[in-house]
Amino acid sequence: MTTTGGKSFRKFLSENKIVALLVVVALIWALFGILTYDADTGTSGFLTARNFSNLLRQMAITGMLAAAMVFVIVAGEIDLSVGSLLGLLGGVAAILDVVLGWPLAGTIATVLLLGAVLGLFNGWLTAYLGIPSFIVTLGGQLAFRGAVLGLTGGITISPVSPGFKYLGQGYLPGWLGNACAIGLFVLLVAMALLTRGKRTKHNLPVATPVAEVARLAAIGALVLGFVLVLNSYQGIPVPVLVLLVVLGLFTVMAKGTVFGRYVYAVGSNAEATRLSGVNVNLVKMLVFGLMGLMAAFAGLATTARLAAGTPSAGFGGELDAIASCFIGGTSMRGGVGSVIGALVGALIMASLDNGMSMLGVDTFWQQIIKGMILVLAVYLDIVSSGNKRA
Amino acid sequence: MSDYLLEMTGISKSFNGVKALDGIHLKVRAGECVGLCGENGAGKSTLMKVLSAVYPYGTWEGKIVWDGQELKATSIRETEKAGIVIIHQELMMVPHLSVAENIFLGSEITSHGFIDYDAMNARATELLAQLDIHDINPALPVYNYSGGKQQLIEIAKALNKNARLLILDEPTSALTAAETRTLLNLIKQFKARGMACVYISHKLDEVAEIADTVTVIRDGTHIGTRPMAELTTDAIITMMVGREMKNLFPREEHAIGEVILDARNISCWDVTNPNRKVVNNVSFELRRGEILGIAGLVGAGRTELVSTLFGAYRGAYEGTVSLEGKELKIRSPRDAVRAGICMVPEDRKRDGILPIVGVGHNMTVSVLNRFAGLGLVKEEDELAAIQQEIIRLKIKTADPMLPIASLSGGNQQKAVLAKMMLPEPRVLILDEPTRGVDVGAKYEIYKLIFALAKTGVAVLMVSSEMPEVLGISDRVLVIGEGELRGNFVNENLSQEQVLAAAIGQGSRAA
Repeated sequence: MTTTGGKSFRKFLSENKIVALLVVVALIWALFGILTYDADTGTSGFLTARNFSNLLRQMAITGMLAAAMVFVIVAGEIDLSVGSLLGLLGGVAAILDVVLGWPLAGTIATVLLLGAVLGLFNGWLTAYLGIPSFIVTLGGQLAFRGAVLGLTGGITISPVSPGFKYLGQGYLPGWLGNACAIGLFVLLVAMALLTRGKRTKHNLPVATPVAEVARLAAIGALVLGFVLVLNSYQGIPVPVLVLLVVLGLFTVMAKGTVFGRYVYAVGSNAEATRLSGVNVNLVKMLVFGLMGLMAAFAGLATTARLAAGTPSAGFGGELDAIASCFIGGTSMRGGVGSVIGALVGALIMASLDNGMSMLGVDTFWQQIIKGMILVLAVYLDIVSSGNKRA
Repeated sequence: MSDYLLEMTGISKSFNGVKALDGIHLKVRAGECVGLCGENGAGKSTLMKVLSAVYPYGTWEGKIVWDGQELKATSIRETEKAGIVIIHQELMMVPHLSVAENIFLGSEITSHGFIDYDAMNARATELLAQLDIHDINPALPVYNYSGGKQQLIEIAKALNKNARLLILDEPTSALTAAETRTLLNLIKQFKARGMACVYISHKLDEVAEIADTVTVIRDGTHIGTRPMAELTTDAIITMMVGREMKNLFPREEHAIGEVILDARNISCWDVTNPNRKVVNNVSFELRRGEILGIAGLVGAGRTELVSTLFGAYRGAYEGTVSLEGKELKIRSPRDAVRAGICMVPEDRKRDGILPIVGVGHNMTVSVLNRFAGLGLVKEEDELAAIQQEIIRLKIKTADPMLPIASLSGGNQQKAVLAKMMLPEPRVLILDEPTRGVDVGAKYEIYKLIFALAKTGVAVLMVSSEMPEVLGISDRVLVIGEGELRGNFVNENLSQEQVLAAAIGQGSRAA
């Protein structure tokens, strides 16, 4: 009994990787909760609404990068330039806003466009000229960092306009947060009912009603708890809202659009996809364009959060994004990965950063531990899916 | 003591209970060249792998006597030490190492633990001179030299190993005529010096020229061994084929209409050896509802020809293709699919399936836009199409979302077929459509081909299985060494006729 029980539990985890990852998040939070417990006040420093809000805000920028990085890695490529690109685009935003005094909408539109164009350029070099993406984006990493140093003259550009600052530091009013949560839940229930209907119509297996209700109830509780906790501090931070919208859009893009399906097909077997009549080069180029666009979002959020453009912004950001993807179950060999997984991966990384900083762990230890967690997470993924490398 | 250098007797070898070799004999004297002949898949390569201990002693039955003593080798190193050297069909060269480094790979000349390049280059020059080759620089990387030259470098490597028996497996399949000439002359010299040789080739004129004895195997059994002097190439062909045809083919009558595809003067050049033509000026027509079989030996240029039509060939090519009277400009498979030409590729694992994607999604990848509104895939429409194809092709899968790699070969192939049928092509190219497919699935695939022909689809089928070509096709094109060697209406057509044409012996029929 125990062995079959263990087996079915393992099967459940490998089919619902996201649940396994959330369990890991819960364990990390519990650990930090205990370690930061203060007997005098009877509270734990880590487990407060304020820290939760901070934590999410910290992960938002890595999360934005990771959400697009999933597509790049699923397509069988890599982008090492996004940290520098984030810095460059954040710097451009600061110059437009502070030095040139452009209106906010103009600044945002210009930076997003520039990000997409630079990303597409990376993609063009990789897909059409056949230069390996590792090389193209390693070059980009150096070149973009050089460009931001040149543009800013190596100095911090501040202060940005209040409207811009709101993008990184603002909160959503409580009522709006609640409305969003309710709207989201209704949407999820509607989608679940719709899917069931379609699957029944085509005689496909559907989950039992009990399991479905349990799943929706769990998600509902999660969403409700999430919003209540954040509202008990100051509300949902704006960058976190942006990230959640990105999560929704990108998940739909991955699962439900022609483009998303092509990305997974290319990652699974690029040659077979080409022979099926798909324009593989275009798909790859667009994936890099998307990555550039998200680097622009992350650059804007970084500049807004710091209320300044700094030449070192986003340094090492690509590695955090890539690590988040791998922790979240994205396969190095391409073809496998999910946006939600990458974001939970980013949450794990941010929780470690936040918790260890709160405990006053030396920076060098923080890096060592994060490195070990990355390797361990990928090992566990290999073991659980029974996919040893050949 | 017998006067044979090598005596293999009663060799049998099974793979998972299926006998690949059953009681084969092969005897070679010193200074003799034995031609080993048989159709694709007859067991020639398996036999040579037994001899060279790729399959170690104990994994097969029978006895090998080498130079008067029983040979019980368990690794290639041992057989090479004994003097048995095999040169494989696909050259085993490390392209970025120098010629000398390749020749001495695994037996480098060293001095005080360091590689002695001067000694190695000098010895390599010496070995190449023995082959009467003076235009290869041993210090240059191997990729500078053509396939033919690389073949000679392989032979130099064999000489360095003091080979007493040289096994050549289809050595000329990638060579030009001049390069082939050089190789054959060289083998004659070796024979004169007392070296023994086993020559495996589909090119019977080459076998007739250099072999003293010919051994023919078919379906893993020994058909006969005779001196070449008593044989003609036609006699060898009869020995190679001699197989009964069973009624495995559910032939159905279908109307053949007007010419739909017209390919003119198609030529292709090898990807790695751009001076070698792999397809030479081939022209043919294909009619609506016609099943046109393309027969030929492995490496004859059939795959290159059909992948050129599909826009998937990676090397240089020329020629014109017209569909329904309009000249096409196909630069990619995407252009071909849009124009109404689809292809099921030869290597299913490499070019056909998206292994970790679901069966259903594999089938719809070519036509996703059909189910899309504003970029979003309408899943219900897609699922309905998938279900319909699964039922039509009898694809056995528990769930259309299961990864395709978890299905059997036959079901994978059916899914790939479905993928290329969904775009509703007017011309469907099938390259080895039943390779690695079990008998039941084969039958269903044949039925499907006839059903397609009935609806007016023109089918172009490349196959190395002669019974399949004869059982399915309305007309058979025979390709040999890149040239169109025959164009037969499939009426009372015999395997011998087709094989003779493929090898270059038969008369050209209209």
